[in-house]
Amino acid sequence: MNISGLQSGLTRLAQRVSSQKGRFPGASNQQPGTVSEHSRRIGLAMVSPSVAVLLAWMVVPLAMTLWFSLLRYNLLYPGESDFVGLENFYYFLTDEGFAAGALNTFLLVVSVLAISVVSGVLIAVLVDGPFWGRGVVRVLLISPFFIMPTVSALVWKNLLLHPVSGVLAALWRFFGAEPVDWLAEYPLETIIMIVSWQWIPFAVLLLMTAMQSLDQEQKDAARLDGAGALATFWHITLPHLARPIAVVVMIETIFLLSIFAEIFTTTGGGPGYETTNLAFLIYTQALLQFDVGMASAGGLVAVVIANVAAFFLVRMVGKSLTDKA
Amino acid sequence: MLTLKQTRSLRTLVLGSLAWLLALTLFFPIFWMVLTSFKTEVEAFATPPQLFFSPTLENYLHIDSRSDYFHFAWNSLVISFGSTLAGMLLAVPAAYSMAFFETRRTKSTLLWMLSTKMLPPVGVLVPIYLLFKSAGLLDTRLGLVIVYTLINLPIMVWMVYTAFKEIPKDILEAARLDGATTTQEICRVLLPISKGGLASTILLSLILCWNEAFWSLNLTSSAAAPLTALVASYSSPEGLFWAKLSAVSTLACAPILIFGWLCQKQLVRGLSFGAVK
Repeated sequence: MNISGLQSGLTRLAQRVSSQKGRFPGASNQQPGTVSEHSRRIGLAMVSPSVAVLLAWMVVPLAMTLWFSLLRYNLLYPGESDFVGLENFYYFLTDEGFAAGALNTFLLVVSVLAISVVSGVLIAVLVDGPFWGRGVVRVLLISPFFIMPTVSALVWKNLLLHPVSGVLAALWRFFGAEPVDWLAEYPLETIIMIVSWQWIPFAVLLLMTAMQSLDQEQKDAARLDGAGALATFWHITLPHLARPIAVVVMIETIFLLSIFAEIFTTTGGGPGYETTNLAFLIYTQALLQFDVGMASAGGLVAVVIANVAAFFLVRMVGKSLTDKA
Repeated sequence: MLTLKQTRSLRTLVLGSLAWLLALTLFFPIFWMVLTSFKTEVEAFATPPQLFFSPTLENYLHIDSRSDYFHFAWNSLVISFGSTLAGMLLAVPAAYSMAFFETRRTKSTLLWMLSTKMLPPVGVLVPIYLLFKSAGLLDTRLGLVIVYTLINLPIMVWMVYTAFKEIPKDILEAARLDGATTTQEICRVLLPISKGGLASTILLSLILCWNEAFWSLNLTSSAAAPLTALVASYSSPEGLFWAKLSAVSTLACAPILIFGWLCQKQLVRGLSFGAVK
């Protein structure tokens, strides 16, 4: 596992965030060493419960998963649990579903991130200015974030995208086009769209918050200097949003890596492996084929991949922060 | 030739209309779900889809007779609030310690916590299932409270930490000089000042718990099943009954949606994760 690598990347990001804060009086970090022994002990006592439960939550299941992954352990054949070494890993990594699952996971995360960040920025800028009914517009914009993933997947699949009586089919017919069977013809793209619909509001929410703290005077000054709307956006708004965007990317990645309900309720991973991501692949192995050993091996592989992805992502995000800030 | 004022109001009009158009488009699926829930099954499946029809409550009555909505809703409520409470009890002291007694390890601890969230749940499903089975936690509300607390704890610690970080240290120093104990310092000074950040942490935790579907579907069957399980029970065998599906979905989402609308301002203000100054 690349936990340490991930952490060094994340640490640098956090230090950058905190050094930004450090410039403000009152928010400065207390230097280690100025803390008395007594308060140090209090601090330790207060942080320990959280660390302990999270450590248990991480280590115990991981250790069990590691152990199971080395066994031939299938719930269909009880009593049999031979030690087979790395056999499960071999079968999981050479399974045709693995390459597809890894690629789909990557495509899903990257596409949804790109779509939600770009539309999030544009929408946040758009609703920042005054217009009639802005409060209502904001409420409508963030509403999809409150909807259960299972529900949104079902609503999209049955009510909107259905090739015969869905709303989009009616819209297509209205314009004289042939209705599209979205989930059959463009399965991955459709899932990306559904997931984006759920996560755009989150980006909007965070970036809207950030827009409120954008210095209006700075914008006015830029305009007086003859900067156009585009230049103001590019040189003032976007750099201001760099940090919140980094936060959006980090949090969304955490959730997007393990997208499950949307796939489960719409395509069931198909057709073939076209919409199977790693989370879903392991699920089919564990719960449909009852192969605990193989599923555990898959789980570990997914953990490694998630950490590698996070490591590169955090490095990239951190880099873009220094470039712009 | 337009005057400057006219140009500006024209701009506001165009941008406002665009914002409305986008908002209505994004909201449309929810609107359509609620609308469909008041149709008959035949109307729900009609081609082309109908915008105008005589509304009926028969789907809601059907759900009421087939399954005990309030049983599931109560489970959702208890689990969401229980785990949010437990999460806050763990997160506030941890964040307090990290924000005000910072050591060399604080930053890496915080990031390590976040990295536990990168674990794909499906990777540890089997061990958790087996552990829960032997501990008698399967299909109990306590079991889900434990899991939800743990999966949301990193984000909660982070949010509370950033809220505490914004508090000037001098205020705490002053309280301490006046002889306040640590408990008094937290309860009387810290929590009131940072209530905006704390409120949005609580809100986000409630939303995430209410909508969580992976663990609830795999660890509960009936006794502790929350609303996500109720929706799932209508989705598979009766996938073709769209009106009933819409009704049950509306019922499942309405509480958290209305709650979210009411607290929208709070959420927008507090959800910055320390990214904005």
